[in-house]
Amino acid sequence: MTDHNEHPWSRRLFLQQGVTLASLAATTPLFIERSARGVMLPLGSLVSSQAGVPEDRVLVVVQLGGGNDGLNTVIPYGSDDYYRLRPQLAIQAPGRDNGALAIDGGDGIGLNPAMSGFKELMDEGVAGIVQGVGYPNPNRSHFSSMDIWHTADPQGKNNGWIGRYFDNTCSGTPNPEVGVAIGRQAPLAMQGASQLPVSFERAELFRWMGTDMDPQLEDPYEQIARTNHAGPVEEERSQNAFLKRTTLDARVSSDKVRRAVAQTPLVSYPNSNLAGQLRMVGSMIRAELPTRVYYVTLGGFDTHANQVGQHARLLEQVGNALNAFYRDLQAQGNSGRVMTMVFSEFGRRVAQNGSSGTDHGTAAPMYFIGDMVRPGLLGTHPSLTRLDEGDLVHNTDFRTVYASVLEDWMGADSNGILGGTWKTESLLRGG
Amino acid sequence: MTTTSLKKINPRSFDYWKAQHLLNRAGFGGQPDQVLALRNRGSEDAVDYLLDFQKVREEPVLADQFDSTIMQPRSESDRRALRQARQSGNEAALERQRTMRQERQRADRRQMATMQDWWLERMIETPRPLQEKLVLFWHGHFATGYRPVEDSYHMFLQNQFFRNNGIGNFKDELVRGIIRDPAMIKYLNNNQNNRNSPNENLARELMELFTLGEGRDYSEDDIKEGARTLTGYTFRDDEFQYNSRNHDDGSKMIFGRRGNWDGDDFVELIFSRPSASRFICEKLYRYFVNDAPGGFTKAQESVLRKMSATLVKNKWELKPVLRQLFLSEHFYDEENYGACIKSPAQLVVQCIRSLHTPARSLRKLNEACGYMGQSLFNPPSVKGWEGGRKWINTSTLFIRQNIALYLLTGRDERAQPWDSASADFSARTLVEHLDDISGRDTVRDGVVYLLRFAHSTPPDDDRVQQWVTYVNERGGRLDEQTLLNLLALITAAPEYQLC
Repeated sequence: MTDHNEHPWSRRLFLQQGVTLASLAATTPLFIERSARGVMLPLGSLVSSQAGVPEDRVLVVVQLGGGNDGLNTVIPYGSDDYYRLRPQLAIQAPGRDNGALAIDGGDGIGLNPAMSGFKELMDEGVAGIVQGVGYPNPNRSHFSSMDIWHTADPQGKNNGWIGRYFDNTCSGTPNPEVGVAIGRQAPLAMQGASQLPVSFERAELFRWMGTDMDPQLEDPYEQIARTNHAGPVEEERSQNAFLKRTTLDARVSSDKVRRAVAQTPLVSYPNSNLAGQLRMVGSMIRAELPTRVYYVTLGGFDTHANQVGQHARLLEQVGNALNAFYRDLQAQGNSGRVMTMVFSEFGRRVAQNGSSGTDHGTAAPMYFIGDMVRPGLLGTHPSLTRLDEGDLVHNTDFRTVYASVLEDWMGADSNGILGGTWKTESLLRGG
Repeated sequence: MTTTSLKKINPRSFDYWKAQHLLNRAGFGGQPDQVLALRNRGSEDAVDYLLDFQKVREEPVLADQFDSTIMQPRSESDRRALRQARQSGNEAALERQRTMRQERQRADRRQMATMQDWWLERMIETPRPLQEKLVLFWHGHFATGYRPVEDSYHMFLQNQFFRNNGIGNFKDELVRGIIRDPAMIKYLNNNQNNRNSPNENLARELMELFTLGEGRDYSEDDIKEGARTLTGYTFRDDEFQYNSRNHDDGSKMIFGRRGNWDGDDFVELIFSRPSASRFICEKLYRYFVNDAPGGFTKAQESVLRKMSATLVKNKWELKPVLRQLFLSEHFYDEENYGACIKSPAQLVVQCIRSLHTPARSLRKLNEACGYMGQSLFNPPSVKGWEGGRKWINTSTLFIRQNIALYLLTGRDERAQPWDSASADFSARTLVEHLDDISGRDTVRDGVVYLLRFAHSTPPDDDRVQQWVTYVNERGGRLDEQTLLNLLALITAAPEYQLC
């Protein structure tokens, strides 16, 4: 075990508490007490099963909505079947015109040339790919398959897997910013039984709009948020006291988040949807919000027709945004405590369709970035000859991947959260 | 001390604020003149007016309100074409079929959105508020989500089923009806429950979530045997179908009793268990009276016992239970004012019905309900919405404040510059009756009244003082703009989330 267990009062926590005290002491003594405790408890109580994992670790989930074509992202250029089944769509071998990017030790596996931003991270040994991830009896509906990934439940009818993690580890006072999703609607994955994740599309919408109507409403609104705070005991039963406390939390969160996002990042980000979201996340990490999981989403991967250019633009956006995000974390000195996980609800069929596109399929790769991540290709590429009705057969269940994220990175008991024993290999170096 | 009595309140004590409490809880609130009208009926008449809603005329639901055919199974000729395409490996034909299916799914999702708007509009406009309030209750209780069902018309049929039976007999109409409901059968996979490979999903939830409560009064074996009674309960097109070939007609042992039970027998057996009356009363109590977290207090336990007894005595008829509750001293105990947190639908509908704002865009309101955690026809799981404090966190709170602001002013977050001239809303009607209610007309009276009216609880002195000061700083008159500003603040206050 590392020495952080003996010294739970790390610099980061100490500073965080100090900042909270300084900014709020004048107005709201009870809130400080509760909030500082809310920040302390979950972190102190979590211990990763793996040495070297920092205690204030963060998970960033990137969802590629629509079903990203795994076979045209991680390219099996060593397979003749690949070229036979995708005459117009296949990416050529490395060295050929617009050919795949070779991966060290790839042995016939390369990356889509649009993914150079991601490839750079692989070359530096801070990015890994888990190949052929899926689940039994694959569902080819976007909605159902996404629900299955979000709930880690083959029926897709449970709470979210990250939400269950919050339920299991952050009991007691809900921490207002423990999970933050960029988007109007919080993803199912983050919804647990005891608390809803914070979500906002743009930080400037994460506030009350009444002052737009009349700026002079600022003062009376401030009074609303900061009066009559009851103690924790009264809050147990009094709905009114609970709501007053949450209103104050919201006011404070809003200020913190908007101030964080207003910073100029240490590196420049590309001008794209995903980069914009990751830029916000990077700023919030830099501002040391007590958030454990961030969630961002990019859609548009449902490439049924004329896929080539469209898919390349999406992958370029993904690769460059992830690269900028990692550089930002590096410049902040935070790349060791943040792990990014990229997934999609399914891959696409092996054979191209009649419109130079691909239809809904099954297994696909997942992507991981971070200093602690085991780099390179993990697992084996799914077979292109042994297909199930034209679809890839998964060789890694996504729940084993979740189990490693939960156990090795987040320091949680994955059995309780995933409802079964899924943990096998570690996604982390030396694990 | 909370009164535990379900004894009737003294009719003379039924004042304006009690009438408002009743209208908030048994409906979605109302304007001052509606509250006054309810008060003037007296407690018994007021409660009966709300309960006997069948007597109130309303906009009928039309038989062809929605298209029932969008997701109907493929015709025989379509199926034949599909088979042939598969056999011959005709990619182009297969793709045509897939495209057609996707188009139908898209059309169905559009109809689902229309249906959300239609239902929300009914809640806003209905002259039978308790009817719609109960549809919402049963939708959360017998929770069924559109996505796995993938047929908006079946969701509509279920919604109508709740509308027609919501205040009827819990056992004979609601529970026996729900095991025959196509949407529920699909949602809980009972169409895959047959004698050779039973599917336990419906049997389990029937006891765990719909009647007895998790882990109460039943065992895993009762689930297994119960599932056998429900084999062959399926649907065809839009109707329940009992498929005798798939039904297991062997002998089953449930709760220690052996017999050749079918689904209705299973329901009868469930209702012989003590928890059957208790569990549903707990849910009704949380929905209508108090949803503060933590276990039930002694006082509440006593009330729940009495409600359960009333339900059993009346052979599972719901109306006597609600009548007793809405007329009881306990219901109007001051501890139960402001003791429920508004669901997103309640928040939106009550804001419109009681403050009399325009409804503006139903689509936008439904989207906001989704952002606040209550997408109609899409409960997060078969457990429905947990409700209470689960509705609230820092981001949903801002959405709650801002949707009220949108209803008051008509401006959404993207509108620039701000111009409240388009508000199309007059707050004057809210204070017109002030003379009748408080007898005076000072700024303080106006502020106290508006706070009490909008917050459902007596305002505390600090709040009153804050806003009297605010009004006085603006010139000491409750003019139109000052009222609007005041309402913007009132709806942003934590108390506004309470009902």
